[in-house]
Amino acid sequence: MSTDQTGHGGANTPHNAGNPGETGPEFLQLITPAGERISHPEFDFWVRDITEDHLCSLFEDMTVIRRIDVEATALQRQGELALWPPLLGQEAAQIGSGRSLRTDDFVFSSYRENGVAYCRGVDLTDLLRVWRGNASGGWDPYSINMATPQIIIGAQTLHATGYAMGIQNDGADAVAVTYFGDGATSEGDVNEAMVFAASFQVPVVFFCTNNHWAISEPVRLQSHIQLADRAAGFGIPSLRVDGNDVLAVMAATRLALDRARRGGGPTFIEAVTYRMGPHTTADDPTRYRDANELEDWAAKDPITRLAGLLERKGLLTAELQQRVKDKADTVAAQMRRGCTTMPEPQPLDVFKHVYSTPNSWLERQQDHYARYLASFGEPAGAVSEEGAR
Amino acid sequence: MSATMIKEFRLPDLGEGLTESEILSWKVAVGDTVSLNQVIAEVETAKAVVELPSPFAGVIKELHEQPGSVVEVGKPIVSFEVADDDGHSPAAPSGAAGAGSREAEVDTPKRQPNLVGYGAVVESSGRPARRPRNVAPVVAAGGTKAPEAGRVEPAAVQPAPVQSVSVRSATVEGQTAERPRSTPPVRKLAKDLGLDLARVAGTGAGGLITREDVLAFAGHEAVPGMPEQGSAPPAGAGAGERETRTPIKGVRKHTAAAMVQSAFTAPHATEFLTVDVTPSLELLARLKDSRAFAGVKLTPLTLAAKALLIALRRNPALNSRWDEGNQEIVTFHYVNLGIAAATPRGLTVPNIKDADTLPLPQLARELTSLAETARAGKTTPADLSGGTISITNIGVFGIDAGTPILNPGEAAILGLGAVRTMPWEYRGEVALRQVLTLSLSFDHRLVDGEQGSRFLADVGAILADPGMVLTMV
Repeated sequence: MSTDQTGHGGANTPHNAGNPGETGPEFLQLITPAGERISHPEFDFWVRDITEDHLCSLFEDMTVIRRIDVEATALQRQGELALWPPLLGQEAAQIGSGRSLRTDDFVFSSYRENGVAYCRGVDLTDLLRVWRGNASGGWDPYSINMATPQIIIGAQTLHATGYAMGIQNDGADAVAVTYFGDGATSEGDVNEAMVFAASFQVPVVFFCTNNHWAISEPVRLQSHIQLADRAAGFGIPSLRVDGNDVLAVMAATRLALDRARRGGGPTFIEAVTYRMGPHTTADDPTRYRDANELEDWAAKDPITRLAGLLERKGLLTAELQQRVKDKADTVAAQMRRGCTTMPEPQPLDVFKHVYSTPNSWLERQQDHYARYLASFGEPAGAVSEEGAR
Repeated sequence: MSATMIKEFRLPDLGEGLTESEILSWKVAVGDTVSLNQVIAEVETAKAVVELPSPFAGVIKELHEQPGSVVEVGKPIVSFEVADDDGHSPAAPSGAAGAGSREAEVDTPKRQPNLVGYGAVVESSGRPARRPRNVAPVVAAGGTKAPEAGRVEPAAVQPAPVQSVSVRSATVEGQTAERPRSTPPVRKLAKDLGLDLARVAGTGAGGLITREDVLAFAGHEAVPGMPEQGSAPPAGAGAGERETRTPIKGVRKHTAAAMVQSAFTAPHATEFLTVDVTPSLELLARLKDSRAFAGVKLTPLTLAAKALLIALRRNPALNSRWDEGNQEIVTFHYVNLGIAAATPRGLTVPNIKDADTLPLPQLARELTSLAETARAGKTTPADLSGGTISITNIGVFGIDAGTPILNPGEAAILGLGAVRTMPWEYRGEVALRQVLTLSLSFDHRLVDGEQGSRFLADVGAILADPGMVLTMV
């Protein structure tokens, strides 16, 4: 359900029931959980160019990122990664939005948007560097126009708003897109980012992935209204979409991007989905959530849903399925190889990417550290040259 | 695909900073063929129950731990027989070989890095400690835990709890005493030497145990039967003590060795020259006011260094080295200018690389930073090696002249005395002038008296009248 330009709209009627996190009918949906394409008078327009080939490639991307996610989870269990934040269940939200972006748009994501990173063309080995503990950042943000994942909850929204102010100053029509979770909407950073974005009407899209759980905190404890309605308080128009419906996510994202490019300012999108896995590989969700809830959401699985649509259209051939599976296998094998053969970082590497230009203070610290490391060996070399007078 | 090899899978840290996990159940048995990422076990950590996916495609050769075992991170839990083939078999599309290459061979006792460094250290003390917890006598299907109460452990694991108890009590004992204060490199040194730091007396600040303390203790340990008091670490002279015995070690030891080597290898000759440096000091005063030297520290040493570098061009023999091994004289076409510096650690002679190429302002800056670095004890080995000639500024101690000893491997060293206001002949009359004495020692194998004298005269001429440079360059 969309809101109008001032943020007032369909989703802002008061909800008496204390369960705004529940998936009500009041959100944008273009594909039903059973895989039926339903038409929408306003939003069909935004996906009118999506051909059957497009649908197949969306299916492929969603399948591949699920496979990346499963492989990375396995790598963590095998001791090859320190940690991994699974995205299982959120494939449509990530692919639907990620595939809508232009290359000159800039993404500021949380740590779970590995599917978005895939859309941006991230190197699969780079994707794992941080999680293997080999680097503090996996890639050059400008190489794929995506900042490295933010661990601090919500901090990236400020970066996005600031970047969007820069776009505005440049007079460009690119857009900054920031991804964050339901829990982040309760953080100060996100609220500040939205205040500034609204004040300056900058081209930024706030993409809130409402996966219902902020680690063990359910969304209903955080907000007594729909998260999309929080945006109205800032004067930011918002959309609430079925986050497991790749076409709905795509339509909403495209609308928001178009508004931003035309100078219409920020948009808040709440993609309603579900975190099917643990918060991270160090978490056990069975301790705090109901198995029935998981079962309900399994029935709304984003990939099954798109497969259903493809089947109705006669596109889900054995050939397509094999092709997609081969692609996923190849990507997973490539990623595993990149992970297990990644060179070990050297102690002095920590100084490498702090400043882009030489910095005497840092050089001093590096010098200290180099000599500290050297002190583990024999100290003789340093003094053997002495001896004048 | 014909040859096979054995690969071990060691228990990884499954959460963030976990040290152990309990094997709940095995989903495979010895002899089973498994594929990459096939679930092989269910494991409970302090945080979660998780499934372990197989890191290899292969055949299960051995399950090292029984369900119910609490296993330290880093311990092998299962061995696989896998194809000894770096290629990727079609049956294992996810690249098992890549993972395998990181795994240690079974017969390698070396610790397998399990990614996160805080995992348990593999000690060679035998079997992993097991706790009498949830030990099922039979491999329970589906991982159901055996009830704790009244359960008798299988004999095979019986002795282990005793061992683990003793280990733990030792740890508790260790914790009751304060851990000896030291630094990580010194702790490692002690560990490498097999020393218990608790037995070493610290002489550093606040009783800190230093590298020297450990080495001294180790040296004493190596001589059995040596009286205890004879090796007592040096302390401040106590009341009534008529002498203090300080072990020869560290910088002092190396300095001494270098001095002996230099003094008794290179035949030294020393010459002195006293010059009126008033014009140089006037020049320094003018330079300090010029924009090019804004913020640059200028001292007589600055000009002396420059004078030495200019004079060296006319007298290259002073910038050379005697290569005894090859029976060659090495003449350097660059100058790495050493400056002897008194530092908290003792004497060091860091050098300025390619000093002859530096314009005066930069040379002045290098001299300043060299001294600061040395005094801060931050001089690197690179700064200390490769010198070709040196200056020792004894003038800062108020001394006029001396016999400098060559920095080993160098042909000459120039001693710079204190600048004194002295009655001196000036334009046919006696006047109060700023006077300084230069002391030059050189290796008489490399430098004849004539060359040394010409060089020293050149340096003196420049300092007495900087304009003389115009006649030299």
